[in-house]
Amino acid sequence: MKLSKILKNGFLIVVACLALSACATSKKSTGQMQGDVYTGTDTVEYLASGVPDRVFFATNESVLTTASRETLRKQAAWLRKNSKITIVLEGHADERGTREYNLALGERRANAAKDYLMTYGISSDRISVLSYGKERPVDSGSNPLAWSKNRRSVTVKAN
Amino acid sequence: MKNFLITLIIILIPVKSFGLIEVDITRGNLNPLPIAVSPLSIDEESRKNFQNILKKKNIGSEISSIVENNLKVSGLFNPLNKDAFLQEPDIANLKPRFEDWNLIKAQALITGKVSYVEEKLRVEFRLWDVLAGKEMMALAFTTVPNNWRRVGHIITDKVYERLTGERGYFDTRIIYVAEEGPKTQRVKKLAIMDQDGANNKFLTLGNELVLTPRFNPTSQMVTYLSYFRNLPRVYLLDIETGTQEVVGDFPGMTFAPRFSPDGKKIIMSFAKDGNSEIYTMDLENRIVEKITNHPSIDTSPSYSPDGKFISFNSDRSGYQQIYVMKSDGSNVKRISFGKGIYGTPVWSPRGDLIAFTKLHKGKFYIGVMRTDGSGERLLTENFYQEAPSWSPNGRVLIFYRETKTDSKGKGFSAKLWSIDLTGYNERQVPTPTDGSDPSWSSLLSN
Repeated sequence: MKLSKILKNGFLIVVACLALSACATSKKSTGQMQGDVYTGTDTVEYLASGVPDRVFFATNESVLTTASRETLRKQAAWLRKNSKITIVLEGHADERGTREYNLALGERRANAAKDYLMTYGISSDRISVLSYGKERPVDSGSNPLAWSKNRRSVTVKAN
Repeated sequence: MKNFLITLIIILIPVKSFGLIEVDITRGNLNPLPIAVSPLSIDEESRKNFQNILKKKNIGSEISSIVENNLKVSGLFNPLNKDAFLQEPDIANLKPRFEDWNLIKAQALITGKVSYVEEKLRVEFRLWDVLAGKEMMALAFTTVPNNWRRVGHIITDKVYERLTGERGYFDTRIIYVAEEGPKTQRVKKLAIMDQDGANNKFLTLGNELVLTPRFNPTSQMVTYLSYFRNLPRVYLLDIETGTQEVVGDFPGMTFAPRFSPDGKKIIMSFAKDGNSEIYTMDLENRIVEKITNHPSIDTSPSYSPDGKFISFNSDRSGYQQIYVMKSDGSNVKRISFGKGIYGTPVWSPRGDLIAFTKLHKGKFYIGVMRTDGSGERLLTENFYQEAPSWSPNGRVLIFYRETKTDSKGKGFSAKLWSIDLTGYNERQVPTPTDGSDPSWSSLLSN
């Protein structure tokens, strides 16, 4: 009985993988994701006109994409213009990782954004970092698109 | 999971007058031991007294039900239906008519008596080997009436210990995170309950996010992560007094706390500037020591029971894997080499195994491996599950499992589950709300 269960589960895994890889390739053409990084605007809010509040990451990654760097440069320009504003960078992970690791990963993502803002002249005194790990998803779905929206660093005005 | 492939071994030990039935808990059990739990007998005056104090009609039967449920949930025993019992509880406790118990196929029998003595609850119980027609154990103890549930758990521990040769795990508690509300705005509270789900109590109000509570193995202290004032920090909570305090004053996030086996230190991660390292803090003199030193994420530390080693997970190889090092941080060695990523290593209280979470091809597994990484054994597979915590005797793991949300955003739940080290006897642990991050206490009574 045990063996048959294992075999059956093994079979299910294989089927699930085939289905997943099929999804991943088709996703590229939807325009919502590039690789597994979210490129859509569904969840994005704006700090000011033309200044998106968040950047997205690939699974397990904290590397900033070209689009993310562009967003952060806009944020930096806005922060330079509004020198009294302080911000919190809130780092998040998707639900497909262990809780503690995801707390660390969220912290790493928010710091990647912080480092980039600092290279564009924003003082670290104006930036604090807060990781939520996987505790505050923006999309409650359990699918690759939802997860891509949740892997994010969000810039929030603190004052 | 309906069949428990546990073999029952009956051994006769001629040199001892006791030690007749023995349950082998190292394998799954196809035939859980048929056991009759005769209701504890009670005289009419004691019954009335307890009814007044505890609002229970018959405290003897109530205590027996706790024992019965514990034995059943352990997967090693098959408590027989009381309707088939031929002998009255009070007479059975004096001298069982073994033919009667044999007739209903009971191999072991528990009998006993409760009485009200000087405002206290006095209980005596006996364990009998039905086939051999002998008493295996007799014990009596006295406690305050409010402890009546614990009396049931202590009886179970003694019976389990006598029949399996290992310490029990029934007189224990679970601390966990109670969860409610939509997935995007979960409200989380610390909660504590008896191992069987009774006496659930919330310890925080849900005003701030709380995560990963863990028991001190030597006391009723708990360490956990709280987002109080939006500053994620490790806290200490005394569950007897309700006193809370933040552990140390660090500039970044402190998280993933656990106690050292002697309860004197907290080991945890400290994240700053995108790097998480493992630190310890001595709770007496508050001296902080840095244990790891690597630009990767190092977290989820757990001590070996002798305190000489630490297991943790790190992504220094590119992905999350399990490592073991000496407790001073030297001799770091990767031990997980299977396919997939590995996290949340927890050292067994017996010292021989490390339980972990594994993600491979979109599925999450709870498994165990030897402390050198050999002998990997996956116990259960699901959409999402993690964070195993050992029962104090190292025979059962409790963990949490989340279900998938459907396309309409419905169907999400988080529940506590337990499974035997054998990979059998997987069960949901009842909680009044959703739950996650369970931690098993040590035995309350020794």
